[in-house]
Amino acid sequence: MDIRVQEAAFDFGQEAQNFATRQMGMGAIVTFTGIVRDVAAGLDVMEIEHYPGMTEKALTKIAEDAASRWDLGDIAIIHRHGKLYAQDMIMMVATASAHRKDAFEAAEFLMDYLKSRAPFWKKEQTREAQDWVAAKDEDEDALTRWDED
Amino acid sequence: MIDVLYFAWVRERIGHPKDQIETGAATVMDLIEELRAKEDRYEAAFADLSALRVAVDQELTEFDASLTHAKEVAFFPPMTGG
Repeated sequence: MDIRVQEAAFDFGQEAQNFATRQMGMGAIVTFTGIVRDVAAGLDVMEIEHYPGMTEKALTKIAEDAASRWDLGDIAIIHRHGKLYAQDMIMMVATASAHRKDAFEAAEFLMDYLKSRAPFWKKEQTREAQDWVAAKDEDEDALTRWDED
Repeated sequence: MIDVLYFAWVRERIGHPKDQIETGAATVMDLIEELRAKEDRYEAAFADLSALRVAVDQELTEFDASLTHAKEVAFFPPMTGG
């Protein structure tokens, strides 16, 4: 398991390659990358604040939960904080499994929980205004599909 | 002595990221009442609890959570990671 919270940019291609080559006997690797979207008013900068200490714990717990639910060989999460600009890569997750279903589902699970259970907050600044990005109800609702019976 | 941390707009509304407070508050809710009574900017930050989340010792929890042995309490809006 490789979990990193960092200000620096990461090289997605290199990270995906490194993740893939260190797996043994895994038939499937899924990666997801989140990118800073421009907004209608023109995004000057997106600032991501986080809670040092809790962030790492929360990401580790989310990854451990995924590892206990699916048959996974490995998990990687990289999430940036600080100042980001349109088109920058914010974060990535990677999952490795013997078969693709586990890898896909676990990656979706990681993303759903990262959205609303990892202590990050985004602030968008445009030429006209700056404001904190509000959490969406649908992001919270997305977690219910993972409720176990 | 307990560390109380604020993030995102909660931090902006209060005006600083951290308080160290000597408190006898038994629960998070008791601590909120104590903070609200301090100054208007705290009252403003804690006016709508449905817009707030709380972590005790870096674990998400509820407003009725106990503060016995707690070292760190953090208040923040719903998270927007990913």
